[in-house]
Amino acid sequence: MNRKKTVIRVRDMVKKFGDFTANDRLSFEVYEGEIFGFLGANGAGKTTALRILCGLSLPTSGEISVAGYNVYSDREKIKKRIGYMSQKFSLYEDLKVYENIRLYAGIYGLSRKYIRERTDHLLETLGLEGVRNKLIAELPLGWRQKLAFSVAVFHQPSIVFLDEPTGGVDPITRRQFWDLIYRASQDGITVFVTTHYMDEAEYCDRVCIMEAGRIEAIGTPGELKGKYAAKNMDEVFIKIAR
Amino acid sequence: MDPLSVNIRNISKTYRDAEALQDVSFRIKRGELFGLIGPDGAGKTSLFRILATLLLPDKGTATVEDYDVVRDYKEIRKITGYMAGRFSLYQDLTVEENLKFYATVFGTTMEENYDLIKDIYSHIEPYKKRRAGKLSGGMKQKLALSCAMIHKPRILIMDEPTTGVDAVSRKEFWEMLIRLKGHDITILVSTPYMDEAELCDQVALVQSGRILSVDTPQNIIGAYRRRLMDLSASDLYRLKEDMEAYEHTHSVYLFGQKLHLTLKKDVAEEALTEYLEERGHRDLNMKSISPNIEDCFMELMVKA
Repeated sequence: MNRKKTVIRVRDMVKKFGDFTANDRLSFEVYEGEIFGFLGANGAGKTTALRILCGLSLPTSGEISVAGYNVYSDREKIKKRIGYMSQKFSLYEDLKVYENIRLYAGIYGLSRKYIRERTDHLLETLGLEGVRNKLIAELPLGWRQKLAFSVAVFHQPSIVFLDEPTGGVDPITRRQFWDLIYRASQDGITVFVTTHYMDEAEYCDRVCIMEAGRIEAIGTPGELKGKYAAKNMDEVFIKIAR
Repeated sequence: MDPLSVNIRNISKTYRDAEALQDVSFRIKRGELFGLIGPDGAGKTSLFRILATLLLPDKGTATVEDYDVVRDYKEIRKITGYMAGRFSLYQDLTVEENLKFYATVFGTTMEENYDLIKDIYSHIEPYKKRRAGKLSGGMKQKLALSCAMIHKPRILIMDEPTTGVDAVSRKEFWEMLIRLKGHDITILVSTPYMDEAELCDQVALVQSGRILSVDTPQNIIGAYRRRLMDLSASDLYRLKEDMEAYEHTHSVYLFGQKLHLTLKKDVAEEALTEYLEERGHRDLNMKSISPNIEDCFMELMVKA
């Protein structure tokens, strides 16, 4: 992690829906290559913030930049520099494995030759050469999620946003998924991840915990456990949210 | 022996070429809190739908309170409360209207069984005029549970009630379930969260349509035969890589800021320490620990 380089800068971010304040003056920074965990109870405002940072929704006010671009004026540029995957939707089930890769890589404007070479390499690394011509619908969830992650970072974005990527995934595959996250971070990709598994919060370099639209705590897992006199992140979370 | 509430014998179910359930058998005693624990795609929903008479098995038989799930489906529906994985109440009816609707469908009234749901419903009663679609996640769950219980079922089947729910709401939900146990209702819950297993009287661990183990959480943990060690050092990921490369390693998994390690044979701790110190690890810490359900699940997965 490179603490010197900030890739996400958020100053006093506010998002209102009518009278309801979903994000109330959020301020934080995320550094290059960092694994940044974004936690909070259901309805705390995580998805709202995530959508703004991905350039999908405009904030009501605040100064926010993502990968060096302004979220008000440069949203299309932001989208090119980030990757995104979620638990709910990741790949097209009625397309084959290699077709999904080609589709996503094509959308990001990568050349055919490059796509072909990188696809072979990717499938080999994941041990998925054998399913190249299978439909996504035929793959177990854990494989799909690993593939979806690799597709999300295929164009080498500076930041990848992961929205509950491991929900419902078996415990071994869940850990293999975190190996992929860790490797991406080693390669300098910043990882912004939400999760409900509190053991996963421990794998993050820093975590931010939201509660009722505000940031309640931010720091390394070690700092937060010390501050809340908790033996693990589960306890930290429960102390904050209760 | 306590009377049986559920008896599942050799149930199989296939969708085209996908085997959702393969020869599943187990029994659940009356009044038990039973957990079906496994990842997505393990077959949890298929099994619950068969018990709730919403799906026919291809092979095998099952009874719920001595009623056959195929022949006596009408009887089973009267005595079962079923909470589907997806929120399936009427979003455009109010909290109270939903509850009254479900009571009426089962030929009862809210007043008649109010005692049973009081503990849960009292949390959402202040919002009884609010439409169900406008409730928060935690409140929706409480309403769904109230509706599933309003006819005083003898068996309650809940398909992943805590999926996608934050850690605090999950804890509250389980506290509610544990309080319900006093009412002599058999409760079946499925979940992908391994830590919830320890709150059940009895659990079945499922993976790819097969039962890995059925027992009390204590016995499942007791059946874990390997010596498990908890290992940490200043650079956890490098430690993991080095342990994966170690010739005597049987399994090594991340658990928060630590590794859970098992070895193929008993290696002296000094030898392991030496191996790691040679690779420049600092702040080494190791101790023997007892496994949790997730350790057991992973060990059973590897064996299967």
